[in-house]
Amino acid sequence: MKTLKLVSAIGLLAFGALMMTSVSAASIPEDKIDTLRQAPINIEPTPPAMQNVRNTDVKEVRNYPMQPPVIPHKIDGYQLDLKVNKCMACHARSRIGDSQAPMVSVTHYMDRDNNFLAELSPRRYFCTQCHVPQLDAKLLVENDFVDMEHLIKTNTEQKKH
Amino acid sequence: MLDKLKKIWQVLNRPSVHYSLGFLTLGGFVAGVIFWGGFNTALEATNKEAFCIGCHEMENNVYQELQTTIHFTNRSGVRATCPDCHVPHNWTDKIARKMQASKEVWGKVFGTINTREKFESKRRELAEHEWERLKANDSLECRNCHNFTYMDFTRQSPRASQMHSTSLASGEKTCIDCHKGIAHHLPDMEGVKGF
Repeated sequence: MKTLKLVSAIGLLAFGALMMTSVSAASIPEDKIDTLRQAPINIEPTPPAMQNVRNTDVKEVRNYPMQPPVIPHKIDGYQLDLKVNKCMACHARSRIGDSQAPMVSVTHYMDRDNNFLAELSPRRYFCTQCHVPQLDAKLLVENDFVDMEHLIKTNTEQKKH
Repeated sequence: MLDKLKKIWQVLNRPSVHYSLGFLTLGGFVAGVIFWGGFNTALEATNKEAFCIGCHEMENNVYQELQTTIHFTNRSGVRATCPDCHVPHNWTDKIARKMQASKEVWGKVFGTINTREKFESKRRELAEHEWERLKANDSLECRNCHNFTYMDFTRQSPRASQMHSTSLASGEKTCIDCHKGIAHHLPDMEGVKGF
């Protein structure tokens, strides 16, 4: 029993020492860390000015076919909880006659086994999980995303040559 | 004691025998001014935000909700407080509303909405009263500030100008028909037109 305790104590000590060396070894030079925080950790930098939401009411092109369409208008104060879904006051099937807003796609009325439901599917209820308004802001990090269409085009052009 | 009361009654019964007509006229006038001024001052005192949120029912529920909306803080610094929307500005209408509000005093005394749960269960009913009132007076309290004839559609978003220049302009709809829940949280809207 005594030897068991001794062995486990030594084991623990060895483990602790190992952890300490690995932590110091894993410290990464500062210039290798990607961060949006441009100030030391103990200083609160002045935040950039807040941007306005794009409120054009004009549909925006999707970047890829399966992208949830972005919201081209302000949604300030739109209540979206268990009691009310303000978005559906315009975008529900029964409401688009009055509002002339685009109807939420039929997939929103389907459960995950593709059965149609009478009402909005609970898994699609919270609109802002996928759909968001856009700001007129500069990109914070560089984005090298290429649209599928361009990829296809360049591919076919390369094959021609 | 009885003699004293009798004397007072005699004076009250036939004041003109005991006091001059001039004193009574002037006295009546001054008393009237004081009474009227006092009445209106008291009325105005009940028409302040501080009075409304003096009850925790209002402060902890609807006032908290108001603070996140554009009617509380905005770019131009104009604020709509409780009475701006919930009490008519016109004197006769205001008195009528104040008489209705005696029901609210009853509610306060008997604790009709004195917990969050009670308030939530009454929210739909309370909201419906306000929607009905605003529907009936063509959203008068909105229009005290938002005058339709002063609206510049070119400064509105396409969506807003479309709706305002059609349904609102024709008088077919009034503000509250679309702008429900702009200052407070909405109740369960099951069955409400437009939801």
